Amino acid sequence: MIHPLAPELRPASARDLAWLIASLVLVIAPHALRAPWWLTLLTLCLYGWRMYFVLNRAPLPSRWLVLGVAAVAMLGVWIEFRTLFGRQAGILLLMLFSGLKLLETRTHRDAAIAAFLGYFLVITNFLYTQTIPTAAAMGVALFLLTATLVGFSAPQRPARANLRTAALLLAHAAPAALALFVLFPRVQGPLWGLPQDAYAGMTGLSDTMTPGSIAGLAQSDAIAFRAEFQGESPPSAQRYWRGPVLWDFVGRTWSIGPTYLVDFVAPQGGRATYRYEVVLEPHNRHWLFALETAASLPERARMSFDGQLVANSPVRARLRYELASVIAPQPALNESAGALRRALRLPGGGFNPRAGALAAQWRAASADDAEVLGRAIAFLRQGRYVYTLEPPLLGRDSVDEFLFDTREGFCEHFASAFVFLMRAAGIPARVVTGYQGGELNPVDSIITVRQSDAHAWAEVFLAGRGWVRVDPTAAAVPGRVESGLARSVPQAAALPLLMRPQLEWLRGVRDRWEAVAHKWNVWVLGYNPERQRDLMASIGMRDADWRTLTATLFAFLGAMTLVLLAWSLKRLARPDPVQKAWRAFCRKLASRGIERAPSEGPRDYAARAAHALPVARQSILRIGALYITLRYGADATAAGVARLRQLVREFRPA
Amino acid sequence: MITRLLERHPRFSNWLYGFTPPERGTVELVHRRVYIVPARLGWFFGGTLLVLLIGSINYALSLGFALTFLLAGLGLAGMVHTARNLARIAVTAGRAEPVFAGESAQFRLFLDGRAAFDRPAVLARHLGSGSQLVVDIPPRGVAEVVLAVPAQSRGRLALGRVMLETRFPLGLFRAWSYIEPDARCVVYPRPERSPLPPFSGEAAAGALHTPTPGSDDFAGLRGYQRSDSPRHIAWKAVARSDEMLTKQFAGDAAAELWLDARLLPAGLVLEQRLSRLAGWVLAAERAGAHYGLRLPGVEIPPARGEMHRAACLQALALYQVQ
Repeated sequence: MIHPLAPELRPASARDLAWLIASLVLVIAPHALRAPWWLTLLTLCLYGWRMYFVLNRAPLPSRWLVLGVAAVAMLGVWIEFRTLFGRQAGILLLMLFSGLKLLETRTHRDAAIAAFLGYFLVITNFLYTQTIPTAAAMGVALFLLTATLVGFSAPQRPARANLRTAALLLAHAAPAALALFVLFPRVQGPLWGLPQDAYAGMTGLSDTMTPGSIAGLAQSDAIAFRAEFQGESPPSAQRYWRGPVLWDFVGRTWSIGPTYLVDFVAPQGGRATYRYEVVLEPHNRHWLFALETAASLPERARMSFDGQLVANSPVRARLRYELASVIAPQPALNESAGALRRALRLPGGGFNPRAGALAAQWRAASADDAEVLGRAIAFLRQGRYVYTLEPPLLGRDSVDEFLFDTREGFCEHFASAFVFLMRAAGIPARVVTGYQGGELNPVDSIITVRQSDAHAWAEVFLAGRGWVRVDPTAAAVPGRVESGLARSVPQAAALPLLMRPQLEWLRGVRDRWEAVAHKWNVWVLGYNPERQRDLMASIGMRDADWRTLTATLFAFLGAMTLVLLAWSLKRLARPDPVQKAWRAFCRKLASRGIERAPSEGPRDYAARAAHALPVARQSILRIGALYITLRYGADATAAGVARLRQLVREFRPA
Repeated sequence: MITRLLERHPRFSNWLYGFTPPERGTVELVHRRVYIVPARLGWFFGGTLLVLLIGSINYALSLGFALTFLLAGLGLAGMVHTARNLARIAVTAGRAEPVFAGESAQFRLFLDGRAAFDRPAVLARHLGSGSQLVVDIPPRGVAEVVLAVPAQSRGRLALGRVMLETRFPLGLFRAWSYIEPDARCVVYPRPERSPLPPFSGEAAAGALHTPTPGSDDFAGLRGYQRSDSPRHIAWKAVARSDEMLTKQFAGDAAAELWLDARLLPAGLVLEQRLSRLAGWVLAAERAGAHYGLRLPGVEIPPARGEMHRAACLQALALYQVQ
């Protein structure tokens, strides 16, 4: 157990490297699934290569060879991604460097730096996902890396003891970490521009709509947002979550077109008011979703002229906002002439002639707009249309083909056809996209809205009634709105797994899990500057600025360190029980005037005391003899120690 | 820079490190004597934390914050644990066997952990010579460190200042403490080979010039005395009986040899004379002679054996030494 060199200067042994490599493998495992196969393989080969060197006691490869491997690998990454600095490419390079770093790791100090690189790789996993399972896996990796580091400082210690030390260290780190997490003054990022691909892969509604686009989105089980209502939540049929409004139609595609922001005016009247909180998943767009019709404005958001809530910056992190909505308020009866003209515009070029003719026929036969509307709804209701997630492909005249030939479609087909018909009949109309319904979790009463709840409906402008919502899908397929997507499409359709009705028990498990995941999202992942302010206010620190927070933080950390120091001292100061009992015995005798001289050994002292106190002679001599056996003898047993303590406790010098 | 400053001004460093050297008996590393600063790895770790923090802010990564702060807490806990690994160790200096000048004195230090937990990787370094060892102190146990300190010149060699250092458990911090236990080692003069002086006439008028051949002349066995050379123990006889026996030789007590400083050629300086005398002592003992030592003011009557040899050499080592 004796070594002339300090641990950090000793060459890393096979055991230490095996620990390091095992923890690194765990850290890069999630990346390996995303990386090109050759890069994963190369990194693992570099790890294996390093193990080979240590097991065969071979000298490490020359620096030039390592640099050559690095250059080739970087070229490969460049060919794959056409950049070295994007998020994905950068992370994969980092993963590769962990292998290259190992190849120039000689001493424990080098190895420790490789372990720090491992800590760094842990955080890169969070760029992709921050779910509870990821956190748990990375927690394990963190523990192993820490145990590895402990091993570097104590190479001759059994691994088990090092694991125990690592666990103790992490347990001691936890209170400080919690304090830092809660109190560290949070700044809203980003501090500077992020790589181009930083927000790739976020799903959600788009600013355009073509036949099949929402059907594609609806096959995703991903969560769009969660809403928690104060008190009762509205019934499913009233849960229209308003998203982007599409005005402009060019043949096949609907798009938002030019838009502008207006001052918010709260709507008047209405049947019921709901107050709720939304936790919106990032979708890299400005839109916020609100139950129709929004009666308040969230922070840092405004309203567009067509009633769409718009955040000041794209939603790139999970966003929490509070909102109020009213059901069926008094409508705004006025609309600008420009907007109405825009809501009548149809593409030139003779698109959809049959639908145009039908609309003209309705117009001719009807007295007013309301009657045209009635005829259109009746037409859809009686048309035996099929609601399907896999609609047939449509050609140039998409509305005609859907209405008269294929008769199978998803909500965007119905909305698109209906708005076309209305405009062709001279009634201003627009498409509204958003989400409809959402699932009420019985565990925590939170409504979860998924991408599979994506929906499109229509709004028509009627004189004297303003903009009126019409859901052509609901007219044609009433079940869609009443009971959700799952019950309204035929069984064979490709529904997301968990939406299939047979799997009720699985849904129960999922409900419970999602209730936990929601708390995680709100309290851990959603802990941002606002949350911090709210929390501080709720514990009585109003308007806590960064100075207050920092002062509190440092006070806490200082106290924490003192507690730890006290702990370490206590462990040290804990006296030997034998000594403690003996000192108690000496005190008892001292109270009778028989004090032990500093140079007096236990045998002499006991003899003197026995002589001075003949009454207690027996027990004094027994305690003295037992103490000598336990303190200086070879076999101090726990029973003996207990016996000594008992004897001393029962000892009465009087 | 600070290190150099402290080296140049020992009084300042004495005040700073709080010791009044050398200390007798057991030296306990109380908390006040344990110093701690971040090690080089610690600065690296701090840098890593900073990058992690900036990354977390930039990408608004909640779990990134959690990781960064957990690692920061780890650093804090590591600091306390590192200090604890050294605190309250009790150091006792053991006996150092005498050595000849030019050899290394082996100073023994016993590090008593005095704790229920183990204290791995405690480094003990002798500041004067740089000699060092790393030991693990077991729970409730004692670890022994032997520091080899070169003995340059005869006399008493004081151990001097020893640093105890540890970076356990994370290597991020370096805790250290200086101690100077009152440990000394007797350093004999460097022996110089030269022919032995003639035997004095008091016992053997026949005047043997060369190392006594008498020691080859086996005369019988007698009881072992502590001063007997291990070379003269009758190991075979010891194996047969349980008694320790020493072989006696006919030449014993025959020749009496005075190693007298006055017999040395004139013109030698004191140290050279002492070296010669040390060489004579060794040769005489090897030859099995009965020899005495005579220096101005010092006289050791003739005798033989390990203890006598040691007494003679010590007298030479400490001659005119305060």
